[in-house]
Amino acid sequence: MPVLTLLIVVPLLGLLAILVTPKDRAGAHRKITLVATFIPILIVVYMLFTFNYHQPGMQFVEQYNWIPSIGVSYFVGVDGISLALLVLSALLGFLAALASASIKTREKEYYAWYMLLQAAVFGVFVSLDLILFYVFFELVLVPMYFLIGIWGGPRREYAALKFFIYTLLGSVIMLVGILAMYLADPAHTFNILELMKFPFDPRLQVWAFAALWAGFAVKVPVFPLHTWLPDAHVEAPTPISVLLAGILLKMGTYGFVRIAYPLLPQGAKHWAYAVAILGLINIVYGALVAMSQKDLKKMVAYSSINHMGFVMLGLAAGTPLAVAGAIYQMIAHGLSSGMMFLMVGQIYDRTHTREIARLRGLFTSVPVIGVTLAFASLASMGLPGLAGFIAELFVLLGSYSVYPGFVILAVLGLVVTAAFILRMMRAVLMGEEKEEYRGLHDATRLDLATVVPLIVLLALWGVMPGTLFAMFNTALQQFITHMAGV
Amino acid sequence: MAQYAWVIPALPLLSWLIITLWQKRLPDRGSYVGISFTFLAFVYALGVLWEVAHGAGAHVVLPWAVIGTISPIQINIGFQVDGLTAIMLSVVTFISFLVQLYSLGYMHGDKRYGRYYGTLSFFTFSMLGLVLADNLITLFIFFELVGVASYLLIGHYFERPSAQKAAIKAFITTRIGDVGFFIGILILWSATGTVAFDKLAALIGEGAVAPWVITLGALGILGGAVGKSAQFPLHVWLPDAMEGPTPVSALIHAATMVAAGVYLVARSYMIFYASPQALFWVALIGAVTALFAATIATVQTDMKKVLAYSTISQLGYMILGLGVGNLTAGMFHLTTHAFFKALLFLTAGSVIHGTETQEMHQMGGLIKKMPITGVTFLAGGLALAGIWPFAGFYSKDEILLTAYNSQYPIFFWMGILAAFLTAYYTTRVAFLVFFGEPRDHHRYEHAHESPWMMTVPLVILGILAVIGGKLLLTGEFFPHLILWQPAEELSPNPLVMGLALGSGLLGILVGYLVYGTKLVNRQAVIKALYPLYQLFKHKWYVDELYDWAIVRPVLWLAEAAGWVDAHGVDGVVNAVGAAGVALSSGAGAFDLAVVDGAVNGVAAGTVAVGRATRRTETGQLQAYLLTLALVVVAGLIVFQVMGG
Repeated sequence: MPVLTLLIVVPLLGLLAILVTPKDRAGAHRKITLVATFIPILIVVYMLFTFNYHQPGMQFVEQYNWIPSIGVSYFVGVDGISLALLVLSALLGFLAALASASIKTREKEYYAWYMLLQAAVFGVFVSLDLILFYVFFELVLVPMYFLIGIWGGPRREYAALKFFIYTLLGSVIMLVGILAMYLADPAHTFNILELMKFPFDPRLQVWAFAALWAGFAVKVPVFPLHTWLPDAHVEAPTPISVLLAGILLKMGTYGFVRIAYPLLPQGAKHWAYAVAILGLINIVYGALVAMSQKDLKKMVAYSSINHMGFVMLGLAAGTPLAVAGAIYQMIAHGLSSGMMFLMVGQIYDRTHTREIARLRGLFTSVPVIGVTLAFASLASMGLPGLAGFIAELFVLLGSYSVYPGFVILAVLGLVVTAAFILRMMRAVLMGEEKEEYRGLHDATRLDLATVVPLIVLLALWGVMPGTLFAMFNTALQQFITHMAGV
Repeated sequence: MAQYAWVIPALPLLSWLIITLWQKRLPDRGSYVGISFTFLAFVYALGVLWEVAHGAGAHVVLPWAVIGTISPIQINIGFQVDGLTAIMLSVVTFISFLVQLYSLGYMHGDKRYGRYYGTLSFFTFSMLGLVLADNLITLFIFFELVGVASYLLIGHYFERPSAQKAAIKAFITTRIGDVGFFIGILILWSATGTVAFDKLAALIGEGAVAPWVITLGALGILGGAVGKSAQFPLHVWLPDAMEGPTPVSALIHAATMVAAGVYLVARSYMIFYASPQALFWVALIGAVTALFAATIATVQTDMKKVLAYSTISQLGYMILGLGVGNLTAGMFHLTTHAFFKALLFLTAGSVIHGTETQEMHQMGGLIKKMPITGVTFLAGGLALAGIWPFAGFYSKDEILLTAYNSQYPIFFWMGILAAFLTAYYTTRVAFLVFFGEPRDHHRYEHAHESPWMMTVPLVILGILAVIGGKLLLTGEFFPHLILWQPAEELSPNPLVMGLALGSGLLGILVGYLVYGTKLVNRQAVIKALYPLYQLFKHKWYVDELYDWAIVRPVLWLAEAAGWVDAHGVDGVVNAVGAAGVALSSGAGAFDLAVVDGAVNGVAAGTVAVGRATRRTETGQLQAYLLTLALVVVAGLIVFQVMGG
């Protein structure tokens, strides 16, 4: 069964169904989207049960010639790392669709773009051909641009444009790197697995890695290429923020793990120290800037920058524990930041503000939302018992032997993280109830349905990390062995 | 039973889940669930204690995470039951049970009653998990979780700004300590590849670990202990933590959680014991804290604040005991202190319940109105002052004896001075609150003895404060349970005992002269010692120093980073954008030329690549199709950019 193709096709079929459904059929587009985002969950669950966790290499592989003249093929397959990201993407794709109920304008277009986005995201995480990957990677931009630019906040056009130009520039640089590898490899192939086998000239590796890395770094985003993120988040509607933080940022780090590092291991080695420094800057600077934010959503956005720093630090260190932690962080951050944005959205729906100074006493006004926000905040803070802690623990344990000084600074950064999260919780949740917030309706069933799966997974993967590590452990070993072999 | 010791934390965990999910449907918001589950846990813990006393033990290890397949790295979690664990399990469940019973009366009618009981259960679960941990990482996890429970309970009255501040301060300050703890773990892990206590002990025993690793690892762990056990210089959070409900102060901020730091050092004692330098720092911090906090306690007017500084001081004694090499004495003091300090806080709660104030200057003569509270306070106070035959005498004496025989007798003299101050401030509280004339007649008239669920715990703890010390020494029960290998017999020293007891009695006498009689004029004493009085009154200006040297700079740094991000990093981006717009309006379509040019260049490049590598006729069409697709995407992009 062509499972992976199905995964991409189902949202596209959803897109088709939406396009042929008349504009005035209220609610129909939403229903189609819910179905077309739920089926991928079933597909991924099926994959989870049939995947062989001990077998190295790619599984569910499909390969067809596409443009044989230049060695481009439709080549898809997954290992444990991509599988974990598919779990995340399918889940967040459905939950964010559930949370899209607040979208009331131009619904048909909204859900159409949404389906296209979802298809492209799946495409990114299963592609094993560079051109195919690139096409999906770029394809994500288009729906994202419109989803922010049309359904966003007051400064949506500025934010969408900024997002677009930034990531487009990154992609162009990345394309140069891709073409360089293509031309250097005598086999002239875009097949990632084939390219992995070719020992590229070290000098080429150094600058090609820089090009690829820069392209992905914009998405992550890495300091100083990060300023599109807060703007995009603040303006984007809630469900789109969830996908942006939960999945799109992971496309950057996934690009590191799938392409930049394994294809150009010596380049990676050459730049490791610089990447580690940038990772540390992300961690410390991200936390400090987050602390100074007045807007709740912007604060969460900067906390993403802080969290993604751990992925970079872990990859730079390159030890098994550190890389395992980096991959873990991709999933953990997807869950926790997704939940944070859902909570910010639920609060905004009720209070119509995101300004931290104007919010107060939500523990009293909306107790269930209050407690859920507290949970999300603690998860984001990296509280032990929740998934984020495991990721940070492993990154730090694994990186200490390589960069002891950086790790100690990063651990100090954790104090700043705790400080800005607790300050936010104090301002938003604690204190006397505000007169105008009395009688706000608390979380609806729909609201709860969007966050409960995230709560369960954050706790499960915080308490029993073995269940997630086992998913990508074989792939991790391959990555480590491959990187060490050069 | 010891094999299934995980049941002990599982019970309060279950109770937490039940209360959190169904508190609205449960009778009395689930308080009875919390109390009964904790009681069951206590009974089970006693069973384990009995077994362990008869030589049983348990150590269960479970794989937690496996990384890699070729030479896999395995990180385990697990629990271990030995004498140290068994004592702590019993103490924690016992105090927790009594405090929850007491809260039935004290917290009655609170608007967040269900949440309160739920969080207490969560605390008990975390604390028991901490106690059972068989390795540093598991211990660290629960160490942070008790911190969260503490944060939530300090912030129970979250409408008050002071409670909000105190909650954050407690969490952040202890987390600063945890940074040290975490770095200690990193150092030990990277040098030995294990964090399990038994393996570390074995490696250190074989001499396979470099001395500097041991010392730095131990000092890192000490950081965690200093934070959690509120030792100087991270003690600042504990007095503020008194913002929480008083039963919480008794359970978490006196008897159990704050003792977690002491327990941490005790649990990793094989690391500390292998490094004389580390032990020196432990002893130094303990002795300084014991004396330092006692000085502040002498001038506080809030009844709970006196007890808070007293707790810091007593924790200092425990740390001192560990630092001078006597694990048994440190843990012994932890246990007796848990009894009498929980008691003192609960009597304070009873007084607050009856008078609705914490200010001692508004009290006086209350023993007539609240006889049970008053008498049990005196029992706890005498135990705290270290007067024979009360519980505190035995444990404190043991610590002082070891300090006297150690390399650094100065620590002994500091302990003696602190003992004098302890007896003095305890006497002061007794006279201000329970004896003398009522100073606020309105409050005095309304004062009343507390209901039975509050007084029963007082009586039980009161009895233990009197006989607990002797009881635990019966048949050498305690020393045998927590035995540290060298355990050279320290023969009782009449000089030490005399000095310890004498300083206590002298403290009581001075306290009596100042507060019980009018023989000494208090104002005159304050005047004579004015600089010292100011210093103590302002808590040695430590809070001010931290605010000035740490809090403000960090906030300033955050604001600066925010400004740089908005005006520096993003400013450059926007300036580039603005320049582009300016150029485009002047010279026309800069954007189009540059962006489109770049895209076209890429497209052209792709076409070139396609041509260069064309091999078959059939592939040509597809190459053009790809180019076309790329150009279409690029065109779309440019179109959107311009249109946006």
